[in-house]
Amino acid sequence: MSDEEDDIVLSELSDEELVQQMHDDLYDGLKDEILEGVNILLGRGWEPYRVLTEALVEGMRIVGIDFRDGILFVPEVLLAANAMKGGMGILKPLLAETGAPKQGKMVIGTVKGDIHDIGKNLVSMMMEGAGFEVVDLGINNPAENYLEALDKEDADILGMSALLTTTMPYMKVVIDELKAKGIRDNYVVLVGGAPLNEEFGKAIGADAYCRDAAVAVETAKEYMAQRLHNQ
Amino acid sequence: MTDRLTRLLETRDWLLLDGATGTNLFAMGLEAGDAPEFWNFDFPDRIRALHQGFVDSGSDVILTNSFGGTSYRLKLHNGQDRVHEINRRAAELAREVADASDREIIVAGSMGPTGELMEPVGPLSHADAVAAFEEQGRALIEGGADVLWGETISSEEEMAAIAEAAANIGATLCGTLSFDSAGRTMMGVTSSAYAEMQGIFATKPLAFGANCGTGASDLLRTILGLTEAAPGAIVIAKANAGIPKYVDGAIEYDGTPETMAEYARLARDSGARLIGGCCGTRNPHLVAMRAALEEHTPRERPSLDTIRQALGDFSSADDGTGDAPTPTRERRSRRKRT
Repeated sequence: MSDEEDDIVLSELSDEELVQQMHDDLYDGLKDEILEGVNILLGRGWEPYRVLTEALVEGMRIVGIDFRDGILFVPEVLLAANAMKGGMGILKPLLAETGAPKQGKMVIGTVKGDIHDIGKNLVSMMMEGAGFEVVDLGINNPAENYLEALDKEDADILGMSALLTTTMPYMKVVIDELKAKGIRDNYVVLVGGAPLNEEFGKAIGADAYCRDAAVAVETAKEYMAQRLHNQ
Repeated sequence: MTDRLTRLLETRDWLLLDGATGTNLFAMGLEAGDAPEFWNFDFPDRIRALHQGFVDSGSDVILTNSFGGTSYRLKLHNGQDRVHEINRRAAELAREVADASDREIIVAGSMGPTGELMEPVGPLSHADAVAAFEEQGRALIEGGADVLWGETISSEEEMAAIAEAAANIGATLCGTLSFDSAGRTMMGVTSSAYAEMQGIFATKPLAFGANCGTGASDLLRTILGLTEAAPGAIVIAKANAGIPKYVDGAIEYDGTPETMAEYARLARDSGARLIGGCCGTRNPHLVAMRAALEEHTPRERPSLDTIRQALGDFSSADDGTGDAPTPTRERRSRRKRT
């Protein structure tokens, strides 16, 4: 690769080239360029939903793959997510107006006793980047917070995060509460956090343990596809 | 005057560090979500007992109960106005136990992450982070800590802030990162990159290394990377006692005293001089590690296979160091961030 600095004028690119360029700009976390790209595509008559899926979601999918594979790390993903959020800011009101299809809705939060939120925020951002609606409950959530939000928001997915080995077991308390109310199977339950592993996820009755934010997105998509298929 | 740790290292090849603070405090009744640092006032006898247990098990260096003692962490428990008293008390409690021992015991002032993301990817500025760590560090030194000890840090920026705080205070610093993401820290720092960045810190750490992370095998691979990149440096190894498992509603680490003893020998063979345990490490582990180190005849530098056979497989195929090609993505163009 050469270090030559091409002076790229986004508005002179064809649709296809522009979308490719936006994937690269998302990868590099260039927020201003993403805002410009989104506006150009809308100006050319693209449906907001098409801009979202083909430019932003696809770009974040690539970021997610390289995060999963250890090519990108948290700082790069945060910058990319920030650029994506900028683009989403333009699209969100338009998407609501046009009644675009929805990927699904997730309620997410760090469990009771745990005040760590970097990993959970990363999952939120990547899920939004994949087109999901996310309701973020923040840190230190007792079971009733999750249950209330799931009901109120008519959510599809429950995401729980814990960074402490001492708070991990609380995830089971929440799942048991869902079971006791007979609503466990209404939701896809995903769990994550540094000390967790797959074995733990199974032991507490979650649908899946997600190693990182990229895996969380892939898993959420798979489960949503299954749910649609089963309906 | 040189600090006590530097002087002790002149007479000893290795020193045994302590074990887990959180794991042991939870066993003493700490509830999930409580700030352990409040116990310096609420249950000082339990904190003394924690330190005493480590000293009696053979630790030469004990870490103060101040890991979450910056204003940013204490704020989450509404204790942001108690930074000075909490950290000072943390150091005083450890000092009492150290001074009562007939062996020389070093008190290291523990400083953990703020939990905030730092610029450029987050909102916390370098200046604000330095101020927070300086506030904490001054109180630790005032309470009798011999050195400051940054641990479980994941970004270069945060360790740089701790180093600048130590420089402003005039304190000796030791610093360990947590390499928990495929051999790198969460922020992507490799072992060799960490070894190389020591020289750019405002104060050059006396010792540096790795703590926590993902199991003892991964941590030893990191130690090999550090000692290869910085031969002769004083390197710290503080691994978790195995991997957390879910047993009957509680979490238990699966590392036995025997496996931690073998980890200690391998850490020594890998070139680490300051060796201890992180999460899950209890007194029986330390007793076994002390005995192992005392009886140990140095062996050759272990291969990755030796480590794998002794302590189990690694969590990732490589750790981003050495000759392994760095994977990149083919791109249409490269534009610089403006």
